[in-house]
Formats: sequence, C-alpha cells, structure tokens
Amino acid sequence: MTASLPTLTAMAENRQDAPNPSTGDPTGRRRSTVRSLLRLWPYARAVRGRLAVSATAATLAMLSTLAVPVVLGRIVDGPLARHDLAALWPPVGLLLLLGLVESALFYTRRVVLARPLGRLEAAMRADLYAKLQRLPVSFHDRWGSGQMLSRATTDMNAMRLFLAFPLVFLIVNSVTFLAGIVLMFTQEWRLALIVLLPCVPLVVLTRRFESDYSVTARLAQDQNGDLATVVEESVLGIRILKAFGRHRTMAEHFREQSHRLRRTELRKAHQLANLWAVIVGLPEIALGCALAVGAYLVAHDELSAGTLVAFLSTALALRWPVESLGWLLAYANEAATATDRFFEVMDEPEPEDPGSAHALGAPDGIRFSGVRFRYPDAPDGTPDLLAGIDLHVRSGETMALVGATGSGKTTLTALLPRLYEATGGRITLDGRDITELPRERLRELVAVAFEEPTLFSATVRENVLMGAPGADDRQLASALATAQAGFVEKLPAGVETQVGEQGLSLSGGQRQRLALARAVVGSPPFLVLDDPLSALDVHTEALVERALREVLGSTTALVVAHRPSTVLLADRVAVLADGRIEAVGTHQELLRDCPHYRELMSGEAALVPEGPLVPEEGVVR
Amino acid sequence: MTTTAEPAESVEEELPPPPADDEDIPVPPGAPRALLRSLLGPHRARIAVAMVVILVQQAALQSGPLLVAVAMDRGIPALRAHDSGPLVAVVAGYLFCALLSPLLQWAFIKISARVNQDVLLELRGRIFRHAQRLSLDFHERYTSGRIISRATSDIDALRELLSEGLQELLTVFLSVCYISVLLVVLDWRLGLASLVCFLPLALVAHSFRTRSRRVYRRSRTAAASMIVRFTETMNGIRPVQAFRREKANDAAFAVVNLRSSGANAEGFLELARYVGLSRATANVWTTGILLLGAYLVTEDSLELGVLTAFVLYLRRLFDPIDQLAMFLNSYQAAAAALEKIAGLLAHEPTVAEPAEPRELPPPPRAEASGRVTLKGREVSFERTRFAYRTGKEVLPPFDLLIPAGQTVAVVGATGAGKSTLAKLLARFYDPTDGRIRLDGVDLRDLTTPELRRAVVMVTQESFLFSGTVAENIAIGRPGATRAEIEQAARDIGAYEFVAALPDGFDTDVRKRGGRISAGQRQLVAFARALLADPAVLILDEATSSLDVPGEQAVQRAMRTVLAGRTAVIIAHRLSTVEIADRVLVMDRGRIVEDGSPQRLIDGSGRFATLHRAWRDSLV
Repeated sequence: MTASLPTLTAMAENRQDAPNPSTGDPTGRRRSTVRSLLRLWPYARAVRGRLAVSATAATLAMLSTLAVPVVLGRIVDGPLARHDLAALWPPVGLLLLLGLVESALFYTRRVVLARPLGRLEAAMRADLYAKLQRLPVSFHDRWGSGQMLSRATTDMNAMRLFLAFPLVFLIVNSVTFLAGIVLMFTQEWRLALIVLLPCVPLVVLTRRFESDYSVTARLAQDQNGDLATVVEESVLGIRILKAFGRHRTMAEHFREQSHRLRRTELRKAHQLANLWAVIVGLPEIALGCALAVGAYLVAHDELSAGTLVAFLSTALALRWPVESLGWLLAYANEAATATDRFFEVMDEPEPEDPGSAHALGAPDGIRFSGVRFRYPDAPDGTPDLLAGIDLHVRSGETMALVGATGSGKTTLTALLPRLYEATGGRITLDGRDITELPRERLRELVAVAFEEPTLFSATVRENVLMGAPGADDRQLASALATAQAGFVEKLPAGVETQVGEQGLSLSGGQRQRLALARAVVGSPPFLVLDDPLSALDVHTEALVERALREVLGSTTALVVAHRPSTVLLADRVAVLADGRIEAVGTHQELLRDCPHYRELMSGEAALVPEGPLVPEEGVVR
Repeated sequence: MTTTAEPAESVEEELPPPPADDEDIPVPPGAPRALLRSLLGPHRARIAVAMVVILVQQAALQSGPLLVAVAMDRGIPALRAHDSGPLVAVVAGYLFCALLSPLLQWAFIKISARVNQDVLLELRGRIFRHAQRLSLDFHERYTSGRIISRATSDIDALRELLSEGLQELLTVFLSVCYISVLLVVLDWRLGLASLVCFLPLALVAHSFRTRSRRVYRRSRTAAASMIVRFTETMNGIRPVQAFRREKANDAAFAVVNLRSSGANAEGFLELARYVGLSRATANVWTTGILLLGAYLVTEDSLELGVLTAFVLYLRRLFDPIDQLAMFLNSYQAAAAALEKIAGLLAHEPTVAEPAEPRELPPPPRAEASGRVTLKGREVSFERTRFAYRTGKEVLPPFDLLIPAGQTVAVVGATGAGKSTLAKLLARFYDPTDGRIRLDGVDLRDLTTPELRRAVVMVTQESFLFSGTVAENIAIGRPGATRAEIEQAARDIGAYEFVAALPDGFDTDVRKRGGRISAGQRQLVAFARALLADPAVLILDEATSSLDVPGEQAVQRAMRTVLAGRTAVIIAHRLSTVEIADRVLVMDRGRIVEDGSPQRLIDGSGRFATLHRAWRDSLV
C-alpha cells in the first residue's frame, strides 16, 4: 500500500498521450501549488478579513465542540453524582449556551464568505472576460474557444470552492494538528515520537502526490476544455453535420475525447486513492505500535493507565485533521492548476496603446507603405502573405481591392483597424501612423463590414448603433435605408427586435444588410467593406449599390470586391497578387491593361472572345 | 438594371420564426429521476460492492477505540500477570484493522470513481448525441450557448455530487444507523426520545431543499446565460474589437456574471442557514435529553455511566450534519442541473426517425448505355405545404416533380421561399402538410444515414471544424482516402490554395478557420459535397463568396459532377442558370415560372427581366 504511487514514467507517458495543440501551452511544467495559489492573493485580499473571520469561527466552533465533554464531565461528576437537580441548572445552561454558540459559529463561518466569494468569483471572471476581449485576434486564433469557456466556468468554480472551504480547513486543521502534537509530547514523549515517525514518509509521499496530481489535474482541465470546444463546434456547425448526416462521426470524435478525459479522471482517482490509503494507513499503524509500546510501559509501571488513555484519545482525535489532508490537498491542487490556467491568459501581454490621441493631419486618405504581414505560425521559408503593399487611397476616394481567392485581401483590411498587426511597413490615416492612435480612437475612425456578418444578442437598434454609439434615430433610419434593410420594420418589434444568438435568427442576406448598416451609420471617415453584398440577390444588390454610392461619396473607403457589380462602386481599383499591389487604375483601364484583372472579373467567359486567357491552373491562386 | 427597380418595401421578406419565448423547455415530471435511474442502473453491481466495501471499512475504522478499550481492560492486566497473549492479539487486531481500512478506502475510491466516470461519460454522450439528433428548428430557438452549458457546466455540477457527495452520504448514513442502534440499546427511553429529533431535523432539511431548489434552478439558468454571452463574444471577437464593444460588453457581461455568482452565493447562504439551524436544533435537543436523563438518574432508573456514554454518543449522532449539508448542497445543484439536462433529453426532435424505415430502391446501376451513368433519383413534392409553428405560411401547397438526373435552378428574390424549399428537400424541416418523395419513398420513412447518403446540401455558411483541411473535406465521406480527398479538391478548383497553405492538406484550420477566407471555405464545402457523392445535391447560395474565376471553376466542375445527378441549385447569381436544365422562379412562396433557361430568357416574364439585370451587372 505504501509504494504504489504512479511512477514518473507513467506521468511522462500521460503527457505524451495528450498532444494538445489547442491549449497552446506545454502543460507539463511543474509549479508549486503554494506559489500558484499565492497568485490568487490580489483577488483574495478583498476577502481576507472575511476569510480570517471564517477561520476564527471554525476554530472557535472546534474549541466549543471540545469544551462540551468537559462541561458534561462536570455535570456528571457534580450535580448528578450528588442527585442535586437544583445545581444542575447552571452547567446545563452553559451547555445550552455552548450549543447555541457553536451553531452560530457554524452559521457565521459560512455566512461571512457567501457573498464575498461570489463577488470574488465574479471579479475574476469579469477580469478574464475583459482580458480576452482585449487580447489580439491572433491570440483567439490560437486557442480553442472551449478552453476559454472552461476557464471561465469550471476553473472559476474550483477556485471559489477552494477558498470557501478547504483553505479555511487547511489552516484550522494544521493548527489543530500542531496543538495535538504539542499535547502528545507533554503527555508522553516516547509515544509521541512513535506516532510522529510516519510523518516523514507522509510528507515525502504527499509532496510526490502533489506534483503528480497537479499534472493530472491540469491535463483533466485541459481535456475538459477540449471537450467544450468539440461541443461548441458541433452545435455551431450543426447545419453541416446535418446536411452530411455526420453527427455519428462527430459523436465518435466526442466519444474519443470524453474517453480520454475519463481515463485522466480515473488516473486522478487512482492517485487520490493511493494518497488516501497512505494517509489513513500510516498513522493507524503508528497508533497500533504506540498502543503496544504504551501497554508494555503501563504493564511495567513506567506509565499510568490514565496517561495512556489520554494520549490515545488525543491521537485518535487527530485522525480527522490528518485524514482530511487527502481531499484538502486535492482541492488545493485543482485550485492551483485552475489558477495557473487563469493566469496563463491574464499574463498574456495586452497590446500597448499610445496614451494620448494625436490629431489626424491634413486629409490624405489611407496610405499603405511597404506593408508586410505574415501569420505568426506561418512556417519558415514561406513568403510573407503580404510582401510590401504600397497603396494610396486618396481622401474621399473609394478604392476597390480585387484579388484571387486567398490572396490576402481580407487580411489587408484587417490590418487597418489593427485586428492584426502589420509585421512591417506602415499604414497612415490622413498622414498619422495608425500605431500612434489609441485603438479605441482608430476603430472609431475606421468602420468595418465583415465578410461574415455577425450579429450580437441585442436589438436591431443596438446592433446597428454599435458603429456609432452617439448616433440618433434619424441616422439609424438612414443607415438602415442605405442597406435596404426595410425588412426591419416588419420584425415583431421593429428596430427593438432582439436578434442574434438569443433572438431572431435572420437569413444571411438580412444579417449582411444589418452589418452594412452598422458600418455606415454615423458616416465614419474611413470605411472598410469586405465583399459587402455577397449574400444579396441581384435585385437588392442593385438597390444597395445605388444607396451606398451616396455614402461612399463622403468617405474614404476600401472595398473588397469579387464581382464587377461591386467594383463599379469604386473610383479606382487595386489588384492584389503575390502579396503586392500589381496594378491600380479605373475599372476600364485595368480591363484594358491588366490581364490578371480581366481574368478575375470575367474569368474565361465568352466576354473575352479569344477564349481563356490563362490555363486552368491559373484560375485560382 | 434600373428597369427592375421597385420600391424596397414591396420586397416581401421571409421572416424567421420567433425564438422560444420561455428560455426553458418543459421538463416532464419524473424525467430527472428516470434519467438518474437509467444512468445508475447498469452499475448496480458495482454500487453494491462499493457499499459493502465502505461498510466493512467503517467497521474497521470504528473498531479502533473499541480495541484500545480491550487493550486497557484485558491486555494490560494480563501483561502484568506475564501473559502477553491478549495484548499481542489486540495489537495484531489493531494493526490488521489499520491495514484493512486504508486498503478498503483505496478500493472504494477506485470503484466509485469508475462508476462516477462511467455515468458522466454516458451522460455527456447522451447530451451530445441528442443535441445532434434534435432538429434545426430547435437549434435555431435554443441557442448554441445553452446546449454548451448543458454539456459543460451542468455536467460539472453532477460531477461534484458524484465525486464528493456520495461517499459522504454513505458514511453519514452508516454512522447514523450505527449510533441510533447503539443509543436505543443503551437506553430505549432516551434512545427513542433522541431519535424523535430527526423529525424537526427533517423539517429543517425539507425547507432547505425547497428553498435551495429554487435558488439552484436560478443558478443554472444564470450560468447558462453567462455562458451564452461568453461564447457569443469569443466567437465574434473580430467585430467586437472592430466596433469597440469591449466596454459595453464588459457591462453586459457584468450583469449576467453577477447574477450567476449571486445565485451561487444565495445557495451558499441557504446552506449556512440550514447548517446553523439544524445544529441549533440538535444541540438544544441534546441538552433536553441530558435533562431528561438527569431526571431519570435522580429517579434511580438510569445509571450515571450510561447517561455519560449516551450524551457523548448523542453528539456524534448529530456530528454528520455538516457533511450532510455539503451533500445536500451538491445534491441540490446537481438536481437542478439534472433537471435541465433531462428537459433537453426529453425534447423529441420534430424531424423524427421513422418507426418503420424503408429503403430506397437500389440505384439504377450500370445504365451506362450513354456516356453518363445515371446516379440521380427522382424527387417529387406532393401537395407540400410549409408553415411556421406560429401558423405563418411560407410555402402554400404545391406540386413539383424533378426527374432523376435533372439540374434545377431556383431563383427569386430574398425571402421568396427558395431556402425553405431546399431545407424541406434536405429534411431539415418536415412539411406541415403533404409530402416529399425520393424515388417514391417518403423522406420521413428514411433513416438518417440512408437519407444523407442520398441527399446532401451545401449551405452558404461554410463553417470549418477544428482539425486539418483534409479532415474537413473528409466530413463528406469519412472513409475517403487521401487521394480521393485531394481529387475532390482538385475537381472543384480548391487544390491550389490548399496546397499553398502552410502544411497543405494537413494544415490545422484551428478555431473555425479564421485564416481561411470565406471563398476558400466555400470551396472546401464544395469539395466535401463532391466527396459525399450523393444522388441528390442541393446547393443553397453555395457560391456567394466566390470570385468570378472561382465561381467559374466551380461551374465547370459542376458540369461534370452534376451530370446524371439530381440537383437543386439556389443562387442569386444567375450564372448558375447556365448549367441548369430547368429554372424555377419563386415569388412569395409560389413557383411562378418553370421552364428551360432558354425558353424563360426568351420569354417576357420575371426571369427574363432578372436575367437581363444580371447580364448588365457583369463587366
């Protein structure tokens, strides 16, 4: 029973069988539980008073529990032995009082912590959420969303539970344990030594347990996060899974993952069982030895029977504080790994912002100079996705951006509001480098309509006014009119209708029009539209284009376009190819001079009478 | 193109069904209990073994003090008389118990962990499979975040109960039984009087349960709405940042976050009240028993020693109140979670599996008389009508026959009912009246695998699952070889861009493929559909994000791919029409024009107008 703790090799294996790309962090690193938990201090500080009160209440409750037998003894030895009922009242009154005090302490211990811990949990979760919102998009690309969710729920819970109960008892029980040991030494030091002897292996083994268990606990938490990711994807991609009847494949995938989690949980239980066995067994064996030696000493009159009884009662009373160590440690460990996971996110550097907003310069439009970009995880040796973009969108001009699928158009537009950071070169708005602007200000200046229109759980009004919080009803109405979102009026509550995840699920075309309205509301000085009309039918598209033209007249805009109809919104067109701007000109000029553009706009259609200009491989770059 | 311009107001848009007014679906009475039974049932034997193990373990543990007493009373006097036998025997007995008890504890943890984990595994699997089985209309109402919270945070609540609660309950139960018997044996009058205390204690526990059930229901709901908000933000991080939603979101999240943690605190407070109150009850009662005992002692009908022992044991009888509270607490949380889960599991998909499935007739193989093998199947809509649950009619009754192998393009304004038609054919919904047959077999009589082998739909949403590009394509046909996957990509014109990705087909698309453009994702979706090799292919706006060359590559591929297959293509871009054998024009749920593309183009109907507008929109 003593030596069956899992070996290090087993742990190494366990780390190998969980190659975990989505967690993005090598999980094997061992940290001390205490050091991890100490990081909770900034949050726990707020409740330190309450924690102290709770621990005091727990200690006092324990003391009053211990005092009860003493009072009982008095009653039995005194009034009862004398059959003196009248003298019975004071000690019985005391007993009643003790009982009431004890229950009040039990109540207090919990009550003082309930709301503060709730607030602490909320504060940590709010910080996590706020942090995640401000971390760059590239961070979110790296991490499965389920991993974040499990940090915000399961992990938070583990930390709160630890502070609510095990922490207090870890303290109280340690104090009790120390007091008990002192007491035992004063009673009979030789026996105390025997009882203390197993403490040495106990300490060694618990340390070992701790480091092993924290690895497994961490693994389980990560796997829990991965499982959450699978669940999330299976729900978000439900249409595809249904369309292909692939729910079984997904279920198989889920089964594998959940089996993996089950194995880890069982390994956790195995480690815990080992620890328990040691923690329960060793002291008992020592106690047995103490009993034998003690009895021998008593028999040889080196010890009084009363002392032995007292000693053994003390030792038995310490059983609970020692045994409780098993699960207290397990709690502490899980809380520590949860803390690690929490701070992994919190420690991510937040992108820095220049403190004060510089005013923009004279109208100059958008200027890309030598802008380069590569994704952080792009393998070495591959060319940069954007390899020196030079482009000037003049003030008030609408520039269409055209390029083959995957040429980096969307990426280029994402650099403007700094959703991604350019890895080289600079981008200026009216002469001001965008890195000199606080993000908040920059994103106020640049409004974006994404290729994939995302609506949030809010009313139509809120969703549209996200683009310009200060805008009034008239501006809202005009933005909706520009986007031809007349359907809004027919919604159950008009612009006050809830849409998004927790509201009406609108069609792709309807979402796209609302996203467009969101971009144009409040007439932003710079506008980025990423293929804004893709989901619209020809008829609506024509109407939107007509209305949009007016809006574009008064802003500087970059419009990603896939089709001639969208290109016609622009004054000039830039062709993106091989990471560079290949050509800039009006639609007509480019049609005439740029074969690549001609191909992008018309393919090999009959409009080019000579037939296909390029061999088939060239169609998609 | 201006010729077609009408006022926007006249466009009758298709409005989605309203979301569920109540966020919770009703839970049939008894469902949570039945669910628990069905989960624990298969583990009956193991649970029994675990109970026996813990029973013996408790006995071994409790025998400690008893053996000490024997050592004092018998062992020491015997040793004084130079007989070490009794003491040796007692010490041996003690050591035996000292070894047995941890061993049994070890065994108990192992056995119960296995039961717990198997139960959780089963439940997770059930939730997952059920969520997948539920129809789309349900998913559109229930929101993904809530399903996610069922499978994550609700499971967590159960996990807590199973891993910590059950052992506590067992030991509490055992020690209460043990001490109760002991008390009655010691003195039956006092014993019975003591046991009466369980009445007020039960009352306190009952009121705690009722109150905390409410609190925990609220807590589960609050946790779910917190999760909904959280996932929504993380999944839409780009617009969140671009539109500076951070602060507004912080505020909105604070509301649900505080509600959730507030409900948790509320539960904790209920627990504190329960513990305090029941402790007080027990302590007052103990004092009362002491008084009664004292009276009996003065009456000489009770020995003093018995009273002492009695009162000491009485305290131990009530000791487990604290543990019981912990158990009740996790039990309430778990019960609330189980209720939510049971509700989800009890919800039957509106698109149900057939009770008596039929099979499709064998595909007309080897009819390779011409160059083309006929792979398609005949589709017929018969008096098909579709209305939302609210009664709003989307498609009035109609008949439509699509012969095997025909490619049909469906055009019409947004909201004309094109997508609904496609979804009915893909059996995402069932028609309200009438039916749809595939080679004469009602869709409702087909099992899901059979149906999906025959009918595949590519939608405009091109969601990518985490995993490699190859895996994403292979969703079309899980058993496909790498060569087949690459061929499908090549056929649709997606090969080049995939090959150019960092790891080619093995590139991990990561979280929802944020780095792969919408157009590329649509190509992947197409490749997926090609690989599936269905008899009937439905394309719903599947080319909306492609650029012109991309679309043309797809069209080219389609010409070969669709040959012999039945296909229904919905597109805003009329370029699709060029590969269609037949065009349907829909308006407000009705098919208003039907004919070959050439005939319709040459005519003077809506399609001719639309087509002209579209030609104008090209270069």
